[in-house]
Amino acid sequence: MTSHLPALVVTVPLLTAFAAFAAGWLRPKLCFPVGLTGLGITAISSIWLLAEVLEAGTVTYELGRWPAPWGIVYVVDRLNGVVLAAISLCAFIQWISSRASVKSQFSDRIGAFYGLELLFVTGVMGITVTGDAFNLYVLLEIASITAYALIAMGGGRAPLSSLNYVFMGTIGACFYLLGVGYLYIMTGSLNMADLASILQGMRSSQAILVAFVIIIVGVWLKMGFFPLHGWLPNAYTHAPWPATTLIAPLMTKVMAYVMMRLVLFLFGPEYSFGVLGLKDVVVWWASLAVVAGSVIALSQKDLKRMITCIILIEIAYMVGGTFLGNRSGTTGAIFHLVNDVFMTLCVFLAVSSLAFRQRELDMDTMEGLFSEMPFTMGALVTGALSIVGVPPTCGFFSKWLLLKGALEAGHYEFMVALILSSLVCLVLFFRVFEAAYFGHGERSHGHHRMREAPLGMVVPLLVVAIGIVALGLMSGEVISSIIEPALPRGVL
Amino acid sequence: MGTEVNSILPLLAVMVSAAVVPILASSRSANVREAWTFVAAFGKVGIVLAMLPHVLRGDKLSFEIAPVFPGVSLAFRVDAMGELFALVSSFLWIVTSAYSIGYMRGLKEHGQTRYYSYFALAMSSTMGVAFSANLLTLYVFYELLSFATYPLVTHHQDEEGRSAGRRYLTYIVGGSIGLVLPAMLVCYGSSQTLDFTPGGILANSGLSRFELGLLLFMFVFGFAKAAIMPFHSWLPAAMVAPTPVSALLHAVAVVKVGVFSILRVLVGIMGFELLSGQALGGILILVASVTIVGASLVALCQDGLKKMLAYSTVGQLSYIVLGASLLSENGLSGGLIHIATHAFGKITLFFCAGAIYVATGKQNISELNGIGRRMPLTMASFLIASMSIIGVPPTAGFLSKWLLITASVDSGRLEGLFVLLLSSLLSAGYLIPVVYRAFFLPQPEGEPTSVVAEWRSPCSIAAMVTSFGCLLMFLSPGLLLGLARKAAELYLGV
Repeated sequence: MTSHLPALVVTVPLLTAFAAFAAGWLRPKLCFPVGLTGLGITAISSIWLLAEVLEAGTVTYELGRWPAPWGIVYVVDRLNGVVLAAISLCAFIQWISSRASVKSQFSDRIGAFYGLELLFVTGVMGITVTGDAFNLYVLLEIASITAYALIAMGGGRAPLSSLNYVFMGTIGACFYLLGVGYLYIMTGSLNMADLASILQGMRSSQAILVAFVIIIVGVWLKMGFFPLHGWLPNAYTHAPWPATTLIAPLMTKVMAYVMMRLVLFLFGPEYSFGVLGLKDVVVWWASLAVVAGSVIALSQKDLKRMITCIILIEIAYMVGGTFLGNRSGTTGAIFHLVNDVFMTLCVFLAVSSLAFRQRELDMDTMEGLFSEMPFTMGALVTGALSIVGVPPTCGFFSKWLLLKGALEAGHYEFMVALILSSLVCLVLFFRVFEAAYFGHGERSHGHHRMREAPLGMVVPLLVVAIGIVALGLMSGEVISSIIEPALPRGVL
Repeated sequence: MGTEVNSILPLLAVMVSAAVVPILASSRSANVREAWTFVAAFGKVGIVLAMLPHVLRGDKLSFEIAPVFPGVSLAFRVDAMGELFALVSSFLWIVTSAYSIGYMRGLKEHGQTRYYSYFALAMSSTMGVAFSANLLTLYVFYELLSFATYPLVTHHQDEEGRSAGRRYLTYIVGGSIGLVLPAMLVCYGSSQTLDFTPGGILANSGLSRFELGLLLFMFVFGFAKAAIMPFHSWLPAAMVAPTPVSALLHAVAVVKVGVFSILRVLVGIMGFELLSGQALGGILILVASVTIVGASLVALCQDGLKKMLAYSTVGQLSYIVLGASLLSENGLSGGLIHIATHAFGKITLFFCAGAIYVATGKQNISELNGIGRRMPLTMASFLIASMSIIGVPPTAGFLSKWLLITASVDSGRLEGLFVLLLSSLLSAGYLIPVVYRAFFLPQPEGEPTSVVAEWRSPCSIAAMVTSFGCLLMFLSPGLLLGLARKAAELYLGV
C-alpha cells in the first residue's frame, strides 16, 4: 500500500472527480462528502509520503511498471514532498471552507463545479509529483484547462478574463512544450533524472540554451512573473470566490515549484547559475518585478484585486530567491513557496468570508468589521502580518532567509526591493484595517450589522491562521530537516 | 559569575497577561474584567519577584521556545538588566490598572473590553522584550508591542486618532522593518549569532568604522520607540490616547522598550570596547544631546499638559542613551537607573494630568490656575514628581542624574555634563510654572471652588502611590543600584 503512495496522490483526486461528476447528476448532496473524502485521503497520503521521504530518502514510482527512462515515473524527494503536503492540505481546507459559497452560487451546477475543482487538484498534484518532462506538460494542461473553466463559471466579466487567460496560458504552455521538444531532440529523453545526467555533458550547446530560455519564459508566463502577469489580476478577480480561493494559492505556487525543479535539478545549479551567466540579470529583474508588483498593488481599490496583486510580489520573491543561487536564497525561496501557499490561502479565505456576508468589498463598506466579524478579521490580520513579514508568523522567516541570501550574494537591490515591498504590503493591509477599525457605529448605507461568517468558513480559516504562526515557530525544524537537505549539491 | 539555569519562570512572566486575554475579551461584566486584570498584574509581579533572588545571585534563568535558525533561537534569558526593567514595568502595571478603572469608568469610555485586552497583550510583549536572550527574540516582541498598542493609541476612534495611529505605525514599524531588520541581518551575517553577549558579537567581524557607524545608527534610529530626534514625532501625536495609555505605555513600557533595545544592542551586540575603539561614542552623545536640548525647548512652549509631558519624555529618554554612550560603567548604570526613576516620575505626572482631566475636564496648562487648592494631594504628587524629573533631592531623579553627571565627568565628556545641567534648568522651566499656577495663582472667577474628593478617586491615589515611590527610591536605592551594578558587571566585566 505505502509503495503506491506517489500514484495515490494523483489517482485519488482523479477518481473522486469522476465520482463527483456522477454524484452531480444523481444526488448533488453527495458531491461535498465525496470530495471531502477524496481530498482527505489525498492529504493524508501526501503527509505520509513526506514522512516516508524524510525517513527513507527519495521515492521513485514507475507507472505501469515501465522502467525509466521509457516509462513515466513519479519521483518524490524532499522538495516536492513538502510541496505536495502543502498543496493537498490547502485543497482540503479550502474544500471545507468553500462549501457554503459553492452552494449559494452554483446550486444548479454543483457537480460540474466540484468535478472541475477536483480535476484541478489532480493536475497540480500531478505536476508536482511527476518526474517526466512531457508528462508534466500533460498535467499542466489538465490544471490549466480546468482553471480556465472554473474562472469562466463566474458571472460578469469572468468569461472574458478567462479567455484572456486561455490565450496567455496556452502561449506559456506552448513555450514549455517547445522547449521540452528541443531537449528531446538533443537528448532523446524526457525523464527528468535522465535528462539531467545527459545535459551535464552538453553545457556548451546553443540548442540547450534556447531550450532553457523558452522553457523558463513559458513557466514564468504561467507564474505571472512581471511583465508576463497581464492575465492574472483579471482572471483571479473576476473568478467566482470558491474558484479563486483554490486557484490563487495553488496554481502560481506550483509553477514556481516547476521553475525550481527545472533550474535546480534538471538543468542543475552549475548550468543555470554558472554556465549561463544570467543569474544576476534575473535577480535584478526580480527586484524590478517586486517593485512593479508593489506599485500595481498600491493602485488597486478593490480588495480582491489588491490581494491578487500581492501574488505578483510573492512570485517575484521566489524567482529572485531561486536565482540568487546561494544556500540561503534558495532555501528561502523554497520555504517561502510553502509559506505562501498558506498565507495566500489565509488571506483569500478571510476575504471570501467577508464577501460571503456582503457583496461589495469597497473600503467604505468595511466600517466596523472588527466588532462584527472578529474571527475573520483576526485571521486576516494574521495572514496580512505574515505577508508583511512580521514575526513570529512564517512569512518573516522565509523573508529573513531571502534577505540573508541577497546580502551574501551582494544583491543589495533585491534587499531594498524586499524591504520596500514589505512596507508597501503593510500600507496595503493597513488601509483595510483602518477602514474596518474606524468609523465604528456610523455605517452610512444599509445600516445592517454583519454577522460572523458561518462556522464552516470560520473554523478552517482559524486553523490556517494558527497554522501560519505554528509554521513560523517550527521554521527551524522545517528548514533544517526538510528544506536544506532538499537542495541539490551544486548550491553553495 | 553565576550559572545558567533552565526555568519556565520567564515564559510564565511573559504569558500570564496574554493568558487572561480570552477571559477579558469574552467577559461582559466590567467587574470580572477588572478583577482578572488585577489577577494577571499581581501574578506578573509575583513571578518577576520570584526571579529576583536568582538574578541577584548572578544566575541567569533561561528558557528556549523554539530554535529558528542555526545559532539563533527564540529564547528568554533573565539577567539583571532585564529584571530591572521587568520589575519597574510590571509593578507600574498594577498601579495603572487601578488608575485605568477610575479613569475609564469616570469618563464612561467605550470599548473597555478591547482596552483591557490589548493592555494585557502589550504588557506581555514588554516582558518579552525585557527577557529576550537575543536580538531576534527582542525584535519579535518589539513588533508585537507595536501592533498591540495600536488599538490603544487610537482608542477614541476619531479622526485625530486615525492620523495619530498612522504616524505611530509609520515611524515605529517603518523603523523596525526598514532599519533594524537589515541591520540585524548584517550582524547575523558577520557573526552567525545574535545572542546578547558580554563584549558584543561584532568584535571580530572585520567591519570598518563607517560600516559600524552605519549599523549603530540603523539601530538607534530604527528603534523609533526611543523617540530620538528626528524620529520622535509619533510620541506627541500618540498623546490622543486615553491618559492611562499615555502614562504606562508612553512614559514607561513602549518608550522604555525602545531605549532598552538600544542599550541591549550597545552592550550586547556592538560592545562598549568596540564602540570606544572605533570612537563612535562621541557621535551618539551628540545625537542624544541634540534630542535632550531640542525636546526640552519644545516642551517649554507647549500649552497642552500631556503634549508638554510628551516632549519632556522625548528629552528624558535620551538621557538614557546619553548615559550608555559614555561607554562607562557609571554611565550604563546611571542610564539603567534612569529607566526606573524616570518611569516613576513621568507616570506620576501623567496620572496627575489624567486626574485633573477626570475631575475638572481641563487639559491645558493655562487653565490650571488655582487647581492646587481644589486638588492639593494630586498637585503635591505633581510637585514631587517634577522634582524627580528635574533631579532634585530627596527624589529618585537625583540619583540617576548624579550618576550620569559623575560618569560624564569621569569620562571627560564635559559636553555631557553641560547638556545634563542645561536640561535640568529647562525642565524646571517647564514643570515649575505648572506647580506655581496651581498653588499661587487665583482661580478664575465663576469656577467651582469645592475641594475634589481625592481620597475616593483611584486616579489621585495612583498618583500619590507613584510619587511616594519617587521618594522611596531615593531613600533606599539599594535594590536599584544592586541590579544596575550587576548588569554593568555582567556586560562590562568590572
